[in-house]
Amino acid sequence: MHEIVIHLYQVMFAIGIFVLISLGLAVIFGMMRVINLAQGEFIMLGAYFCLFATQLGLDFWLAVLCAGLGVGLFGILVERLLIRFLYGRIMDTLLATWGLSLFMVGLVTSVFGPQEAGVDAKLGKVTFGAYSIAEYNLVLIAVAGALLALTFAIWRYTRFGLVARSVMQNPTMAAALGVNPRKYYMLTFGFGSALTGVAGAMLAPLVGNQPTMGSFYVAKAFVTVISGGPAPLTGTLYASTLFGATDGLISYRTTQVLGEIGVLLIAIVLLRMLPLGITGHSARRA
Amino acid sequence: MRLNRRQFFRSASGALAFASSAGLLRSAGIAGEAPIVVANILDQTGGLNIYSLKQIKAVAMAVEEINAAGGLLGRPLELVFYDSQSNNQFNAQYMTQALIRDKASVVHAGVTSSSREVMRPIAHKFRGLLFYNSMYEGGVCDRRHVCVAQVPGQQIAPLVPHVVKEYGKRCYILGADYIYPHTTAKWVRKFTQEAGGEDIGVEFFPLDVSNFAPALSRIQAAKPDVVWSILVGSAHNAFYRQYEATIGKANIPLASCMFGIGREQTYLSADEASGIVNATPFHDSLPTEAAQKFVRDFKAYTGEDDYVGDYAEYGYRGVNIWANAVRKAGDPSPEAVIEALPGVQFEAPGGLVTVDGQTNHATMDIHLVRTNRNQGWDHLETFAQRPPSDTQAVCDLNANPNDRTQYTLEL
Repeated sequence: MHEIVIHLYQVMFAIGIFVLISLGLAVIFGMMRVINLAQGEFIMLGAYFCLFATQLGLDFWLAVLCAGLGVGLFGILVERLLIRFLYGRIMDTLLATWGLSLFMVGLVTSVFGPQEAGVDAKLGKVTFGAYSIAEYNLVLIAVAGALLALTFAIWRYTRFGLVARSVMQNPTMAAALGVNPRKYYMLTFGFGSALTGVAGAMLAPLVGNQPTMGSFYVAKAFVTVISGGPAPLTGTLYASTLFGATDGLISYRTTQVLGEIGVLLIAIVLLRMLPLGITGHSARRA
Repeated sequence: MRLNRRQFFRSASGALAFASSAGLLRSAGIAGEAPIVVANILDQTGGLNIYSLKQIKAVAMAVEEINAAGGLLGRPLELVFYDSQSNNQFNAQYMTQALIRDKASVVHAGVTSSSREVMRPIAHKFRGLLFYNSMYEGGVCDRRHVCVAQVPGQQIAPLVPHVVKEYGKRCYILGADYIYPHTTAKWVRKFTQEAGGEDIGVEFFPLDVSNFAPALSRIQAAKPDVVWSILVGSAHNAFYRQYEATIGKANIPLASCMFGIGREQTYLSADEASGIVNATPFHDSLPTEAAQKFVRDFKAYTGEDDYVGDYAEYGYRGVNIWANAVRKAGDPSPEAVIEALPGVQFEAPGGLVTVDGQTNHATMDIHLVRTNRNQGWDHLETFAQRPPSDTQAVCDLNANPNDRTQYTLEL
């Protein structure tokens, strides 16, 4: 019985991590087709916003919220100053966001220093027989699920989501109907950034803050979103579930090296069989 | 003469540096002499910088102290620093630059074995001298390489019996997936078995792994008496957070021959960091006047008030041992210094250090320590003057001066 709980926990936790690190990118790259190579650094910035806010004496959960807001605003700034000139120019976006990532690492290093720092979420642990699980890890799973549901709900059921989807699909037509596409590009980029910021803040108590931490996540995030395919949110959910289950099970049953190899193997096979990603064949795009 | 903007800035900054250094050098009475170039290549940035940040400053402090005392052989030292950015490619590039362009008499460089193995052939190619001021798995037998920090024969041998006696016989070993942790894990296993214990699990993790949830569940299933961490780098630092949040040292204690050398205890909360045992040639709470003076001087020099640690001391002792060898040789050239090195001593902050001519490693004091709740270590015991026995068993530079091998220690 305890074994089953632990297996389930390992799988859910791995899925939670995949969802967290790739959800923001699902919006920015999956919906807007902006290849944001600074995605890892947006995560890093979220972690540092969280650190800074807790240093100011804020409660951890308020700090997570601040990180979302802060990185969201930063994303809007980046969109205004950089991204909006480069829509549709994939190579240029790639170079510009890569430059942005270097700049962000440099900036955070000069403000906070290159050494590591940590945030303490101050949670306990729960025990199942011989096993114990950190409460924070369970909360992280819940937060990942909640963020995914929230994003889906906004996209599916609000007017903002409807208009944003129409703009992403056909900006000219949307503009002809009286919508300002530029505003929606800006807001969508900001929203994706905010999701990324929350992810960074949630990772901070787990892995600690370091200016170069973004490099650990950017590849995983892109692999997940690309494997998810053209319906970014459901695709990311499917891909995260598949990769998380693989990673969680293999890593627990054997070693983490094999877990990571397993994820990459599955991603390679999957993209060979389904070059458009998991949701490549479904008509509905959400 | 026409100057474009770039040339102007280059000349102006050079002139400024020259003008400001003159006063310092004149006051030491060594102005006008050609400087002896000391190069330092360490990771100021990147995932491995936690081991280098304090050493970079300690090397600078040692050089400045020597200059303030009149330099070496009447000549000032000139320090050239390169940031290798936790990337071995830069170690190779800067090692070449330091030896060819800067004509460095000595290069203090590297914290990982992989970076050292990239630089050692370059030291030979250009007839330089490499000081590797970092603990490692042992076994390098090379006259152009000097290691002034501890090797497993010095560190693990006294540490393991203490752990077995205090915590129990069944251990579970976690390490980073490269040569140092692999070799060290073998040493831990060997000494644990000699102390009547056993290792019930050994696992290695790539350096970018930061999610230890699967391993933590496996450890709980295996129920060891003690867990050994030979985890390395900032991503692995996450282990100590997750260990405390999931298992807790109160339930299964932690021992580590790595924890603290990147000053990990200063980044973690008191709960996460306290109670881990280790053995080290230097720590801030070492109750000797030399150690306390070093801590005071370093804090005054850097203006920083936090934990200093052993990697700072390695850099300091490395520069000073080299300087003593230069004084003994009467010549800063690498060849003369290499000849003079055997038997050179330095009263380091951590205790007397003597260069062992057979291996170009060092005999030193090793201190048994445990992290306290104030980001530092409690001093438990000192093991005086331990020789680099593991490397001595495989290396004899007196008999084979042209040896360049890194021997794998068969256990």
